Amino acid sequence: MEFLVASAIGVMTAAGIYMVLRARTFPVVIGLSLLTYATNLFLFATGRLAINQPPVIAADAAAYVDPLPQALVLTAIVISFGMTAVVVVMALRAYLETGNDHVDLPGDASPEAAEDDWKLRARKPAPAPTRGGRGERA
Amino acid sequence: MSLALIVLLPFIGALLPVLMIRAGRSACATTAFVFPLLALVLLLAQAPAVFRGEVLVAAWDWVPALGLQASFFLDGLGMFFAGLILGIGLLVIVYARFYLAKDDPMGVFYSYLLLFQGAMVGVVLSDNILLLLVFWELTSLSSFLLIGYWKHLPEGRQGARMALTVTGAGGLAMIAGMLILGDIAGSWNLTDILREKDAIQASPLYVPALVLILAGCFTKSAQFPFHFWLPHAMAAPTPVSAYLHSATMVKAGLFLMARMWPVLAGTSEWFYLVATTGLVTMLVAAGIALFKDDLKGLLAYSTVSHLGLVTMLLGFGTPLAAVAAVFHILNHATFKAALFMNAGIVDHEAGTRDIRRLGGLLQLMPITATMAMVAGASMAGLPPLNGFISKEMMLHEAVDTSWLGNGWIVAALATLAACFSVAYSFRYIVHVFFGARRDDYPHAPHDPPAGMWLPPALLVVLVVAIGLFPDAVAGPLVAVVARAVTGGAVMDYHLALWHGFTPALGLSAIAVAVGLGALVAYRRVRALWHAGPHPEAKAMFDAFIEGAAALARGITHGLHNGSLQRYLAFALGAFTLAGFAAFLAAPHEAGTRALLPAHPAAIAAWLLLVGGCALTVMLFRRRVLSVLVVGTVGLIVCVAFIYLSAPDLALTQISVEVATVILILLALYFLPKEGPQSSSVRADPLRHLRDGVLAIVAGIGMAGASWAMLTRDGTSLSRYYLENSVSGGGGTNVVNVILVDFRGFDTFGEITVLGIAALAIYALLDGALFGRTGRRLGAWSPDRPQSADRHPMIMVVATRVMLPLAMLVGAYIFLRGHNQPGGGFIAALVVSIALIMQYMASGFGWAAQRVRVNYHAMIGLGVLVAAATGIGAMVLDQPFLTSTFGHFHLPLVGEFELASAMAFDTGVFLTVVGAVMLALANLSRMGRWTSPYTINTGAMDVDPRATSGKEQG
Repeated sequence: MEFLVASAIGVMTAAGIYMVLRARTFPVVIGLSLLTYATNLFLFATGRLAINQPPVIAADAAAYVDPLPQALVLTAIVISFGMTAVVVVMALRAYLETGNDHVDLPGDASPEAAEDDWKLRARKPAPAPTRGGRGERA
Repeated sequence: MSLALIVLLPFIGALLPVLMIRAGRSACATTAFVFPLLALVLLLAQAPAVFRGEVLVAAWDWVPALGLQASFFLDGLGMFFAGLILGIGLLVIVYARFYLAKDDPMGVFYSYLLLFQGAMVGVVLSDNILLLLVFWELTSLSSFLLIGYWKHLPEGRQGARMALTVTGAGGLAMIAGMLILGDIAGSWNLTDILREKDAIQASPLYVPALVLILAGCFTKSAQFPFHFWLPHAMAAPTPVSAYLHSATMVKAGLFLMARMWPVLAGTSEWFYLVATTGLVTMLVAAGIALFKDDLKGLLAYSTVSHLGLVTMLLGFGTPLAAVAAVFHILNHATFKAALFMNAGIVDHEAGTRDIRRLGGLLQLMPITATMAMVAGASMAGLPPLNGFISKEMMLHEAVDTSWLGNGWIVAALATLAACFSVAYSFRYIVHVFFGARRDDYPHAPHDPPAGMWLPPALLVVLVVAIGLFPDAVAGPLVAVVARAVTGGAVMDYHLALWHGFTPALGLSAIAVAVGLGALVAYRRVRALWHAGPHPEAKAMFDAFIEGAAALARGITHGLHNGSLQRYLAFALGAFTLAGFAAFLAAPHEAGTRALLPAHPAAIAAWLLLVGGCALTVMLFRRRVLSVLVVGTVGLIVCVAFIYLSAPDLALTQISVEVATVILILLALYFLPKEGPQSSSVRADPLRHLRDGVLAIVAGIGMAGASWAMLTRDGTSLSRYYLENSVSGGGGTNVVNVILVDFRGFDTFGEITVLGIAALAIYALLDGALFGRTGRRLGAWSPDRPQSADRHPMIMVVATRVMLPLAMLVGAYIFLRGHNQPGGGFIAALVVSIALIMQYMASGFGWAAQRVRVNYHAMIGLGVLVAAATGIGAMVLDQPFLTSTFGHFHLPLVGEFELASAMAFDTGVFLTVVGAVMLALANLSRMGRWTSPYTINTGAMDVDPRATSGKEQG
């Protein structure tokens, strides 16, 4: 079991880092989510693993898992929701302001960060709505 | 106490002129006058004690851990300088009242002036050198404000910047020097440091400390080659020039050299550094002064030259030279301040200070001319004026000094400088006031009002009085100051006009003769001067600053090119390296903790998780898909929490997961749904390879670290929480008790952060509705075909049915939270999701009309409720957030428990609901904003465009 948890942390970290290093805001947000899972699971695991020993005091319980990391991780989950929300909204606002969702400033390193989707797309008529709700591929 | 008050009074006074200016210019000037006057009275009240040879001390601890003490001391030197600063400050305040024009902001001027005055008094009275450094920096800053007072003049701004750059840089060097000095002496107090001469001069760090401190003094006192800032600072109003550049700021460097004289002087390093710099400065600046056509420029270079003179005298290192230095500081302050005010009067009344456009003012401005002649003659060093006496003393010392074994060079160069000095002084007198009267003055020149000529007249009276009766007028003061400077050395000197036929008298006579001769032949001398090279200091300074800025820009842009990808790659790479370095340095034996068996279901979940991660990476450009895949990874983490005895975490994780997916999908409505081709693996395989290697290496590191941790036992402080949860917190769910009770303060901070995050989101989204982004949103059209079934019936019905159920579940989870898995956080998330479902089902406009809750207020209320719970404990004399609980009995319901922590949890609940709803509702509000169609009146409807779309398509 320990191996599964340790390797899962590693896999999520690797995937998260790879996504965080992408050039567009959206994969970066997804990568941050993955890193959050990995970090929370790691913090939780500092209390070591135990099965069927929830930290709820009961007369017939033989042992309890360490409750402190759980309390910390619980707040971490909620805070990371707040963080994700702020990052997503910042990405959205940046896209609206600059017309592209590149994470870099426009410059020699990333010339495509200077493009403006809004100009490219200016005034294309909206696709007509369709009946049936399968808008995606209609 | 009165010592500190002397320093504080100008600072207190600095607050008032900006307010008093509303009562008129005279009231403003009077207010500014009163505070230095009070300070001067307090200072004079201490004078008898100082003349008796006492050193007055006053000290308060400020930051004892840093050795910072607010300590002041008053001896002869401090009293002398404080008297100069306050006394001449009073004259300048009167003069400025009449000098400044109607539309100059006078209140601001006096506030700056008093601020500067307070800083200067602080410098000269500080005992603690750290305190002294604070005041020293404050003089640089406040003089910046004064020099740049005429903000509309580019020369004023440039001069102020140059002065700040040069003196600020010197100040930094001096901080380092002072710290070394304090370290050698083992004390931060001057009174202690001044007793440590032998230890300081024997220390190997003596030379570095000396050089650094002198760098501060030389820049402040405009010594060559840092002299160039002072003439440029002449763009300031004349009262500022008279005050800063004759009597005070430029003397701060001299003051410090005099202050440190007992411990730093007397070595050959001191002599060659200080005396040589002083001599060169005196000579070079006197030469330049002769050829300046601007009256203030002439006086500025003359000031630099006289500062060099004093520096040279201090550099000689003999007690007699120190006496001469002190005496000349006094004399220079009197005649030079008078001359600056005089130049200001000429400028003010004749409309120009260009010497070539002046001349013949003697009959037009007789009072001004008389004062200029007396003060100018003193500057030239003519008897029977004070400038003569101190110059004689200087020449006398110069004759006695040999430089690198050469016995005559110092005296010769000093005499040459004196020749220039005579020449430029007489140029000031002759070329401005004598000669033919002209008819092309910009204004009609006449003597100014008494308020403008009385202050310099007072100084001129002093010039004559000290000259005629040096011993009676200045003798006791010079004696007590010299005692303070030299540390009590016994000296045989006599302040008098006539010393008999000495070599110094001869040199003086030569200087007067040559100087007058040069003035007679001024045209030819000037032509000779203009034939030589003239390096322009300002151009060099500007080039240096430009070069430094270009270098800084190059380094900054080189490292910091605006690419987040690059920063993150560097940062993550560095973390990974640090982790592996730590791993290699540690022991590597395997852990001994017994492992748990892996259930087949766990292995299946693991496979799903790994597959989910792999899919996320592969599908990163297909954004809707990647949200869904990441969601499954989150669900598996949630299942892991359930399996591994963390029910609270599982509940939180799943509700956060739902809220996050809704949030991201709402944002994705506006963002591109697919990544561009240019970011695909094929477009840039190298970058993907680099990122992939970094990610895999870091992942292996994290997996290894987790494995190492999980296979070892560790110590934990959780035993305390498990044992005290029921008895101390009144709840059996230890995680919840920790959150709302043991670590309630953390939770309080956390909900505050969450509330702030929600408000930041609101600000970001609300601001997007206006301006450029608002126009873009207004022109927005969905980039994908939309379903015609805007608000489908099944979803509307299902969410309506679920709403009360979800509310009930929320209440249940909230109430059981203290004893069973649940609590405020989870309940809040469940309720938020139920609410947001209503928005999704029937649209933002429809739902917003029916929601009568202000989410901003809800966040605030939640934080306040949580805070009130904590403060309630304080009212009962318990520490913040101490909880209490009790068991109550209600008929029918039976026995139940109430804990004050429940009220705290209510605060958590309200804040989290408010924050989540504020974020999500505002995202959907933006969607509503971009929609060109009406708000639906019914809960379920069909897209009004659907029929027309069908016709077209």
